[in-house]
Amino acid sequence: MANEVGTITWISGPVVRARGSRHVGMLELVEVGQDRLVGEVIGLKGDQMTVQVYEETAGMQPGAPIYGTGLPLSVELGPGLIQSIYDGVQRPLPLIEQAMGSFINRGARFDSISREKKWKYTPKANVGDEVKGGTILGVAMETDTFEHRVMVHPDDKGTLTWVASAGEYTVNDTIAKIKVGKEEKSVTMLQRWPVRRPRPFVQRRGANIPLITGQRILDTFFPVAKGGAAGIPGPFGSGKTVTQHSIAKWADAEVIVYIGCGERGNEMTEVLQEFPHLVDPRSGRPLMERTVLIANTSNMPVAAREASIYTGITIAEYYRDMGYHVALMADSTSRWAEALREVSGRLEEMPAEEGYPAYLAGRLAEFYERAGYVDNLNGSQGSVSIVGAVSPPGGDFSEPVTQHTKRFIRCFWALDKSLASARHFPAINWLDSYSEYIEDVGNWWREKTGKDWLAMRTKAMELLSEEARLSQIVKLVGPDALPYAERMVLETSRLIREGILQQNATDTVDAYSSVEKQIRLLELVLYFHERGMAIVKRGAPINLIHDLPVVDTIIRAKSSVTNEEINKLDDIQKMIDQQMGQLDAEYR
Amino acid sequence: MSEATVLGGQEVVGVGRIEGPIMVVEGASNVSYDEVVEIQDVRGDTRRGRVLEVGEGFAVVQVFAGSTGLSIDGTRVRFLGNTLHMPVAEEMLGRIFDGLGTPIDGGPEPLTDVYRDVNGQPINPTARIYPRDYIQTGISTIDGVNTLLRGQKLPLFSGAGMPHDQLAAQIVRQATLGRVAGAPQTEGEEFAIVFAAMGVKNDVADYFRKSFTESGALTRVAMFLNLADDPPVERIVTPRAALTLAEYLAYDLGKHVLVVLTDMTNYGEALRQISNVRGEVPSRKGYPGYLYSDLASLYERTGRIRTSEGSITQIPILTMPNDDMTHPMPDLTGYITEGQIVLGRELYYAGVYPPVTVLPSLSRLMKDGIGKGRTRDDHPRWGAQLYAGYAKTQDIRALASVIGEEELSEVDQKYLKFGRAFEREFVNQAFTENRTIERTLEIGWKLLSMLPKGELTRVTLDEIKQYYKGDDATS
Repeated sequence: MANEVGTITWISGPVVRARGSRHVGMLELVEVGQDRLVGEVIGLKGDQMTVQVYEETAGMQPGAPIYGTGLPLSVELGPGLIQSIYDGVQRPLPLIEQAMGSFINRGARFDSISREKKWKYTPKANVGDEVKGGTILGVAMETDTFEHRVMVHPDDKGTLTWVASAGEYTVNDTIAKIKVGKEEKSVTMLQRWPVRRPRPFVQRRGANIPLITGQRILDTFFPVAKGGAAGIPGPFGSGKTVTQHSIAKWADAEVIVYIGCGERGNEMTEVLQEFPHLVDPRSGRPLMERTVLIANTSNMPVAAREASIYTGITIAEYYRDMGYHVALMADSTSRWAEALREVSGRLEEMPAEEGYPAYLAGRLAEFYERAGYVDNLNGSQGSVSIVGAVSPPGGDFSEPVTQHTKRFIRCFWALDKSLASARHFPAINWLDSYSEYIEDVGNWWREKTGKDWLAMRTKAMELLSEEARLSQIVKLVGPDALPYAERMVLETSRLIREGILQQNATDTVDAYSSVEKQIRLLELVLYFHERGMAIVKRGAPINLIHDLPVVDTIIRAKSSVTNEEINKLDDIQKMIDQQMGQLDAEYR
Repeated sequence: MSEATVLGGQEVVGVGRIEGPIMVVEGASNVSYDEVVEIQDVRGDTRRGRVLEVGEGFAVVQVFAGSTGLSIDGTRVRFLGNTLHMPVAEEMLGRIFDGLGTPIDGGPEPLTDVYRDVNGQPINPTARIYPRDYIQTGISTIDGVNTLLRGQKLPLFSGAGMPHDQLAAQIVRQATLGRVAGAPQTEGEEFAIVFAAMGVKNDVADYFRKSFTESGALTRVAMFLNLADDPPVERIVTPRAALTLAEYLAYDLGKHVLVVLTDMTNYGEALRQISNVRGEVPSRKGYPGYLYSDLASLYERTGRIRTSEGSITQIPILTMPNDDMTHPMPDLTGYITEGQIVLGRELYYAGVYPPVTVLPSLSRLMKDGIGKGRTRDDHPRWGAQLYAGYAKTQDIRALASVIGEEELSEVDQKYLKFGRAFEREFVNQAFTENRTIERTLEIGWKLLSMLPKGELTRVTLDEIKQYYKGDDATS
């Protein structure tokens, strides 16, 4: 299907110029050179075209041909995506390994989705039905439990004239026929979609259901809503990847798309080796059975890094269209921005800030706006939530990528080097972070737990910011100068920090906290504060409270009390009552 | 490289333009991007270069040895028709090469027909094995709290004048495969060592050579030397040549390879120099926008793969200009590597060796190589507790400097004592001291026992019962 459209005239790294046809389209997928490397047209001027190449160009010569495909850069969508690991332009890495060994060579061509594998398919639509884009034709079992809802391509509509009976089919087999006007069209389980074009939906809905991650500092303090967008900026070593992995493991989404964009190879290997052995606390199935991985590591070609983000988000939208809640992690969007900068530099475009192209903000906006909780074309509802890591140079949040990202996200989880140095993980700074979803998700918490989460969270945040203020004074005059009531604030804040905010991702109990456990822990700490405050206000010395054995018990509760036995927290409340009661009696 | 002469290739006489180490060659056809060229000056001396950019009828060539003495007319440029390849062989261990991989120890060219592209190829993430086996370096600040694993890349962030070379030499000398605490010490398989020097002084290269000789390691070391007075542009190839050999030793021959790269800051400067001459749009501090990708193409050549028993562990050394960790070189390195060991001047002045500043140091892979069945069950929590305690000490020191030590609470005073002992007994050790993992854990518990039990919230109550030896141990 590819015909020659030009010849190469200039090569510099991933950017190639060619002369030829004036009919090549902007953003058209082309094949470059004898090896037919994948590229994309990113500039046209008369008969000159500029192409970014997604593979290593070493050894290529001017005069080599370029072939057009007439299609934009697209991904293949269909059953088989889940549990896959792809590179930035959706080539399956396991097949590349089989064919080429441990190292990635260029010119590899593989189907993104297996043409041979058979899927157990059950039709859900009948002959004579009027169908349109998004209509669910049937269900293929993508794993033992995951229903892949096979939909009509968004651009198609018509009347069903034939449907396949239940059975096993490959993605090439016809599973339905649609009559449009006089023409009849065969439909398979496979569709293609251009990555840079958002998939259509009917309308956006408000985002007011939190994406529960089991991470206390996120769910309780800085929640992100399903369909929302969050950013995690942080200097190196502050735990961006560990946080992203924790969310990918425990978030209550039905599908996870994890994009390793310009990061370490070992990180992707870790996910690949760990996820099949971890069990999703909700479905009881291995976590890998809901995960799609896109890996374009830092030493893989830089232009494909740029594409990987779009490949990932398109796959996420596809599952959203089926009516699923999808969470997408992009680690790291800074590397993606750097890929933009590198290509822009080779094109000799006029740079804006720090060498980044002027369209950086626009590209970031386009990406984050593809998050959303929507009414789908087929009447179902689904969501795509985006969690983007940002790697600011020198940990300086005033740099362009962090600043522009802040404009398009509503939830900001600021990682802090000094917390990481003290091994306080997740090292999310509670004073620099924010979430604009707090008001939106308050109702959900009330309905789910029957407790006034909003009031408790506000109280805890008050204590923490009061602690920050008092710490300034302590630094100057020492803690002894503070009145007992203020030192009680310091005591409780310590409980919040060590007993709630700190969470150990490697501890089997602590790694995931149910919302019930989260709110109950917070309630306990605030109860401790209230009782303690009453006592110190009557003149009891603060060290009596500090030395209560229950303090240690509360701090250890996160890892000693499992999600299944949160009634044990009631026993801790009784301990508070008993130990505080004694003090209370002494100082009455 | 012997193949250069074998391959032949087209020759062009005269160049269009020369600017620093870059020259533009006109009138060449069929030139490939990234192709190697051989340049002959009017006196007949040859040097090598590489194509950086190619258009119709012209090629931009980077000359490794610099352009001194090249003229517009009379310079002959031969395009060799291939990207830069080098011979690799096991016999290269025990030998010394220049920055491009040519022997400079007077010995013959390595006898082999295996040639490899110095740029390497990215390892497929699905082909990797995640590192899990720790390396006992005998240094408490590494083994105890920033454990190094086989297949990890862990740089030393240092500053001019600090003993990073000694530390690297000590690691190389003492490194053995880790074992579970309490298990007998087995004769550890020895590491093959690939050492690449970029722009370092002659003394530094000599120091390492002497150190390898003294420890009897010289026969398993391959040294690639681009010294301070060697052409800077060559530095861009030096680490690649070293890693190409390392990959062959590890993935073809199944050896465990330790790669020491020093000094990455000089490498970055060479990269910046080329970028400037080419007139590229700079990003931070004049470094090119692709510095991250370029560094990654070196650091990512580390790890283990499923088809081989071998491994590559990298210890790059980097002197931070002005001790500034936010400088692009340490900053971007820190984002790519799996942690960093940071040396600090304060400890160095206080006479502590190795002056490892523990708080900003990190081993990202540590969690996967320690604990039950690997070192000892309490190790992860013990490490977190030491960190938390030492971090708190820093806050208390700041407070003490304002209100005076006497005004501190009793607990805070204990922290101060703990902090001092931590630096004197845990961080500090002799250049020749090779501590076992048991010894490191023991020292740590001894220090933790200086703190009240109630402060130790990171370790479990059982662990306190078993290992805590403090005053209130029985209370």
